[in-house]
Amino acid sequence: MNDRIEYLRKESYEAPVTLSTERAELITEFYKENYGKYPVPVMRALALKYLCENKTIYIGKYELIVGERGPFPKAVSTYPELTCHSVGDLEILNSREKTRYSVSNEAIKVYEDKIIPYWRGRTMRDRIFSDLSDEWKESYTAGIFTEFMEQRAPGHTTLDGKFYSKGLYDFKEDIYESLEGLDFKNDPDAMSKQAQLKGMVIACDAAIIFAERHADLAKNMASRESNPRRKKELKIIASNCHRVPAHAPGNFWEALQMYWFMHLGTITELNGWDAMNPGHLDRYFYPFYKQDLENKKLARDEAMELLECFWIKFNNHPAPPKVGITDAESGTYNDFTNINIGGVLQDGSDGVNELSYLMLEVMDEIHLLQPQGNIQLSRKNPDRFLKAACRVIRKGYGYPSIFNADTVIEQMIRTGKTVEDAREGGTSGCVETGAFGKEAYILTGYLNTPKILETTLNNGVDPIKGKKIGIETGDPGGFKSFDELFEAFKLQLHHFVEIKMKGNQYIERMYAEHVPAVFLSVLVDDCISKGKDYNDGGPRYNTNYIQCVGIGTITDSLSAIKKWVFEEGCIKMNELLEALRSDFEGKEPLRLMLINKTPRYGNDDDYVDSIMQQVFNALYDEIDGRPNTKEGKYHIVMLPTTCHIYFGSVMGASADGRKAKMPVSEGISPVQGADRNGPTAVIKSAGKMDHIKTGGTLLNMKLMPGILDGEDGISKLAKLVRTYFRYDAHHVQFNVIDALTLRKAQEKPEEYRALIVRVAGYSDYFCDIGKDLQNEIISRTLQGEL
Amino acid sequence: MIQGMIFDINKYSIHDGPGIRTTIFFKGCPGSCRWCHNPESLSPSVEILYRKDRCIECGGCLKACPNKALSITEQGVLTDSSRCRVCGKCVSACPSEARELVGRTVIVDELMDEIEKDILFYDESGGGVTISGGEPLIQPEFLIALLKKCRERNIHTTVDTMGYADPETLCRVAEYTDLFLFDIKHMDSEKHVECVGVPNKIILSNLRMLLENGYAVKVRIPVIPGINDDPENIERMGKFIVSLPAIGGVSILPYHDTATKKYIQFGIDYRMKEIKNSSSMSAEEVAEQLAKYGLDVKIGT
Repeated sequence: MNDRIEYLRKESYEAPVTLSTERAELITEFYKENYGKYPVPVMRALALKYLCENKTIYIGKYELIVGERGPFPKAVSTYPELTCHSVGDLEILNSREKTRYSVSNEAIKVYEDKIIPYWRGRTMRDRIFSDLSDEWKESYTAGIFTEFMEQRAPGHTTLDGKFYSKGLYDFKEDIYESLEGLDFKNDPDAMSKQAQLKGMVIACDAAIIFAERHADLAKNMASRESNPRRKKELKIIASNCHRVPAHAPGNFWEALQMYWFMHLGTITELNGWDAMNPGHLDRYFYPFYKQDLENKKLARDEAMELLECFWIKFNNHPAPPKVGITDAESGTYNDFTNINIGGVLQDGSDGVNELSYLMLEVMDEIHLLQPQGNIQLSRKNPDRFLKAACRVIRKGYGYPSIFNADTVIEQMIRTGKTVEDAREGGTSGCVETGAFGKEAYILTGYLNTPKILETTLNNGVDPIKGKKIGIETGDPGGFKSFDELFEAFKLQLHHFVEIKMKGNQYIERMYAEHVPAVFLSVLVDDCISKGKDYNDGGPRYNTNYIQCVGIGTITDSLSAIKKWVFEEGCIKMNELLEALRSDFEGKEPLRLMLINKTPRYGNDDDYVDSIMQQVFNALYDEIDGRPNTKEGKYHIVMLPTTCHIYFGSVMGASADGRKAKMPVSEGISPVQGADRNGPTAVIKSAGKMDHIKTGGTLLNMKLMPGILDGEDGISKLAKLVRTYFRYDAHHVQFNVIDALTLRKAQEKPEEYRALIVRVAGYSDYFCDIGKDLQNEIISRTLQGEL
Repeated sequence: MIQGMIFDINKYSIHDGPGIRTTIFFKGCPGSCRWCHNPESLSPSVEILYRKDRCIECGGCLKACPNKALSITEQGVLTDSSRCRVCGKCVSACPSEARELVGRTVIVDELMDEIEKDILFYDESGGGVTISGGEPLIQPEFLIALLKKCRERNIHTTVDTMGYADPETLCRVAEYTDLFLFDIKHMDSEKHVECVGVPNKIILSNLRMLLENGYAVKVRIPVIPGINDDPENIERMGKFIVSLPAIGGVSILPYHDTATKKYIQFGIDYRMKEIKNSSSMSAEEVAEQLAKYGLDVKIGT
């Protein structure tokens, strides 16, 4: 790491996370003046242009890649048109122990005087909560499901490689062509298409203006710079920003800057989930890298330096501040940008190149919170690539995570993508599968499956709030068989999914109507040719996901009931329910028996793994294939982020011996501590899930560092992963850290500030996450601690 | 149906032979190494292990015991061994896993079902099954039956042995074994008796015999501080090993005291307590000295 990178890295690492009101002020000014004057897409595009024309332009000391969403690094923008924070919210953000955002008194004043008076009652969040039905609100507050679009816009997408050979001027040509083709005589949607396309033209101009302002500033700085080396760099930066994104990039440096402007454009326009994902960067950048190397315009270490500057830019952008349940389900600064490396090319051949290895080195050296990195591992990729990734994993940052490229492709083909589009796709955010640059694949909220079982066991009543939220599926004491119980569970599941779905469809239309993502629509096929927005079915593929949480907990709970109540008969149903209601008060032997003697998921035991399959199939049958409002369909993903902590906190004790309020299991990992037969058994159990029928699954494994010693340890880890993928598994990630270190970090956080751990589909600073989550990570079974 | 006595099955075993393996631990051993990591492996019969730290003194085991062999005392649950018939009912009744049955009889088919579960891991990594213990060779008929079955199913087998067995038996086992991990512990027979419990002559001649008959053998040397890590012993080891026909490598296994907890749980006196600080050479130095004999020496596998 050279001095420049060390400086930029340190600056990014140490900068405090602050809340900036600049965007909120500008957008409020704009709305006050212009709301109602234009069709919505045009207004949104003009709003983006207004932001780009007026926001602070920042070029940091030593930077080679430039541009910030906020006025300086880690100054985070807010989006009052979606969520207008109250003074109370701002005070919580400023004072909460974890994921704090420093909010100045001036900022609070600005909110009080300008932002809140205009937006209160007008925001998407206010309208969603006032419009949705009571039954939706009851299920939502009981913690049956969460709602992703209550504070943030639909995002969850990934850009592809098209803008490395096309500039925004070229995109504008495409838009004009689409405009010219509008058929006002026969097409009733021609008017709305025209508004959308006109908006897209303005959005392109906005991004170009934004870049030009950087070019001007860099030129200005160059004229005042005395250091000749920096002067030269600033001149190049000015020339880069003049060229991209207006035109296609001509070299490696410009290609990096090109992506960065696209990234900033999308995250300035809206606060879509997962910020923005760049896709297969190794393959997009490779032609530039190769050409510059061949022409002797770039050396390998210069390419590495540029990549490192680029990497650091992501870390300057913590997630927009989240509050309430959204903070509970996703309590992290990480905004989930996830860079793909490896996989296969569009023609199906091995996609690993020199840059793939270089990017692994960059990840290893930079190891900041953001961006995430993953490898897409196909059977066509060489083992040396996987091993190079395993060597980074061994360092213990929790990344790169590893995805099965072949399964990801098969998932997409199952859901109707062409083979070529599928191969150009991959995974983003945490683990979500999507066709890059062509698909909106929206996470819509988490579903608390153990809570649905809890409601079933209480005949439709939420025992925590003592309120009836479900339907009456019968007194469980009267159930004669496990099958009767499971049928009752399926009825409750259907009931809640119906409620969630009605809410989803409503919210989806609200975004389509009120908050189109005009700039993002320029970048995703086929919004331009369809004349439709990203949020309104413009993309070639339009997928919605529901994320199912707690498969381990519900499986083990059902296993316990099946075995002890219905088969062995040694516990009466009512006796068990009473124990659950009292949180096992005075029933510790019973609780331990449930924990220790029940067949549990994660041990390659068909008795219980078949129950996991039964639950999985129920979820799949209930959700998969339901239509959304954009001619697309719903699918399931098995992903928790931090929601397993929240979902546990709204539940009483469960039949697997879990105490009330404790976390439920995360991803498709076994219940914390339930897996006792080593990593191959976990993999076998998880491999019994039909991953092809999902849009992503998440398996966390914690390894003792010693298990990875030497080349032999690396090679065996690689084989473990390869074997998991022979079961068509989707994803696996590793925490390589011993429990003792984590406990020390809990005691003395000041000494372990830089300790990064894998949480769910992302990594986080251990000391930045809540105590419950810390404990949950420690309790995940450590493989190799024998 | 021939039966065997095992006490554990370990998946993702990565230090006992090539690739990813499943290790089957046979119960019973003719030796009694002072540093033994598996004290529960020594006796050939079933035992009940009690962990006081897990016991919640719920009394479930007392109620379950048909022979009234148990009582709750200040030291937790005590077993009157004259009454205990090791029936295991107390273990089934124990909710907190404070009581554990160590050792169970199995038949070959049952083990094969367990072994087959990880077949794709073996395929992918070039792994297989390792039979360890205890000492596998004290259950030769069962061992041979298991090895034959693995060969039928094309599963690579490794036998981890101390080599203390009748040569004819060893030859019969070798016929169905793909690789031996063969321990050498001390070159001096008297000292061998002292620290392992049996003389070394037959062990060393068995090693030579296996190699002369062309069987694949990897020699493993546990380096135990104050017991076999003196330069003189290492020199004798080196000279002996070079005198053998080509071997498949030498592994040095450094001593670590992770077994202490097990000894406490078993209530067995750990005879390594007092000597662990008396090492004369580190594992690296031992490896270095042996490498001088032109041997391919690795540490830790």
